[in-house]
Amino acid sequence: MGRYIARRLLQAIPMLFILSLVLFVLVNVAPGGPLAGHGRTRRPNPEKRQQLERQFGLDKPLPVQYVIWLVGNDWMKVDVDGDGIAESAGERRGILRGDFGFSFKTREPVLDEIAVRVGNTIYLMTVTLFIVAIIAIPIGVLSAIKQYSFFDISVTTLSFMGQAIPEFWLGMILILVFYAWLQNPVTGEPLLPPGGMKSLGADFSLADRAKHLVLPVTMGAVGWVAWYSRFLRSGMLDVIHQDYIRTARAKGLSERMVMMRHALKNALIPLVTIFALDIPYIFAGSLYVELIFSWPGMGRLYYQSAQGRDYPVLMAILIIGAGFTVIANLMADIAYAYLDPRIRYD
Amino acid sequence: MSHLPDQAGSNQVAEFEVPVSGHESMMSMIWQRFRRHPGAIAGSIVLGILILAVIFASLSPYDPEASDLANRLQPPSLAHPFGTDALGRDLLTRCLYGGRISMAVGFLVVLITLGIGIPVGAIAGFFGGWADNVLMRITDAALSLPALMVLILLSAILREVELPFFERNNVLTIAFVIGALSWMTVARLVRASFLTIREMEFITAAHCMGAASLRIMVRHILPNAVGPIIVEATLEMGYAIMEEAGLSFLGFGIQPPTPSWGNLLESAWEHMLKHPWLAIFPGLMIFMTIISINYIGDGLRDAFDPHKVLQKVGEV
Repeated sequence: MGRYIARRLLQAIPMLFILSLVLFVLVNVAPGGPLAGHGRTRRPNPEKRQQLERQFGLDKPLPVQYVIWLVGNDWMKVDVDGDGIAESAGERRGILRGDFGFSFKTREPVLDEIAVRVGNTIYLMTVTLFIVAIIAIPIGVLSAIKQYSFFDISVTTLSFMGQAIPEFWLGMILILVFYAWLQNPVTGEPLLPPGGMKSLGADFSLADRAKHLVLPVTMGAVGWVAWYSRFLRSGMLDVIHQDYIRTARAKGLSERMVMMRHALKNALIPLVTIFALDIPYIFAGSLYVELIFSWPGMGRLYYQSAQGRDYPVLMAILIIGAGFTVIANLMADIAYAYLDPRIRYD
Repeated sequence: MSHLPDQAGSNQVAEFEVPVSGHESMMSMIWQRFRRHPGAIAGSIVLGILILAVIFASLSPYDPEASDLANRLQPPSLAHPFGTDALGRDLLTRCLYGGRISMAVGFLVVLITLGIGIPVGAIAGFFGGWADNVLMRITDAALSLPALMVLILLSAILREVELPFFERNNVLTIAFVIGALSWMTVARLVRASFLTIREMEFITAAHCMGAASLRIMVRHILPNAVGPIIVEATLEMGYAIMEEAGLSFLGFGIQPPTPSWGNLLESAWEHMLKHPWLAIFPGLMIFMTIISINYIGDGLRDAFDPHKVLQKVGEV
């Protein structure tokens, strides 16, 4: 197993390199170059533009830019003032040493920009996933145990609907219903806030935080609840007809024990794998949630950087996202082998 | 299987055709099972109506792009069943024209997905060895791209580009961008089927009769792998419509004034609180389309595959 993990990690390294190269080229061959749309005027004057290009290191040939982006330029001299003589030492350390450069827009280090936001996304996603788990698991189990009951049929119908709702549209409808239409009967204010993580200027209060979570979490959770409850239902149905379930019943275990100990545990194995594979999509989906509910997270940062062509930030998020996906895929394999001893990797 | 003589003497031995009467009864068996799935039948009817409405959108008395400022932001009425937008255009008409765009993107993405996925999966699964290795590494790499983010990046770049046929994020551009990021599932599925089927005895028989590799792949293996591919292609159409809507909602997809369901919702965003119909109807169109497609996909899955082998695909 250890060797398998090591091999997979080693395979991932050249893959991430190739990916980074492709993404780097894509970003830099975009028409107008990375500086298109930079600054307040659409066409900054040529002198200003040259200065900016030098400042961001964009005056160098593309392969050199890639090397600098990768390993930094503190080991070579750079020309800062544009007189053609490279006199001062570079300051970039390259992504391999954790330096993702500076944002074009804010001139802050990219990692600082990300650090401010990443916590907010993780906070939102943790709550969402917790809600998904506590709703989807019981629903999936119950509808499998009571297959073709009224409960099962309505849940299956609902989950078809949940999977067909465009996530961002659900967010709009939630705002319409809970902000524009429904009111708090006591104060006459809108029932729930339409965005943000907390009320502006208010002191920290758990109730306020919770109120701001309800709509974003609902929007993020509906599709996943639908998907996981359906997945668990079919997993349970597969397991329930296995011989070892009959054995468990035959030796006189209570039905509850049979279902929880023997059926659910085995039905959760494929779910864990699928979940690990889904993690990148779950995080990507938070982009819509963060936009609709003005949530200051990574997804919104990415969207704003794409609109403003802030390429250092885009590249950083893409590379981190790709690395994250590779790790999630590997975790799926490991979890699968760990939970199901019949699976062997060599 | 590569040790078997592939090309040698393919002309000496006459291949004999199996009588095709079994084929027809297979199709009717699938139809019989599909027919018994109420969701799939309902889905087919709804989707059929939507497609017809979209095709005959030009029968509408209103122009989808000309503004009529006297009738701005009218709520739904008999004259305008879905109301009018901020420029006084009939929302129903725009939803139907937008449906043309969204469904066209869906169809095109399916074609692109199959066009890349089937050859990649077939070659990898049939030949194995280094071809399999190279193709599957590429597939893995494509799968580890953060899809939504790359989608946004590509369409943000292409939004500024004027290429022949790919002007400013038109249907073709968006379909190619989405298709380029969604062929991997089909490739894996096809590879898995090819891996299983190529070991079967009728394939060995075909080899022995001297059939060429291409012929075996196209005539003998592919028809036996077609069930899961059709199911996946159906569902892919739903994903593609959803992705196009999302991209256009973000402003990176189809560009106004050309309507698509996604950019109709984008332009609804700022007027939504006072004029909710702008947000409700385009979203309902997407919802109805996708739920119909998903039910059809579910019915097809049951019809093609009573044993649910599909679930195992990810692990092969």
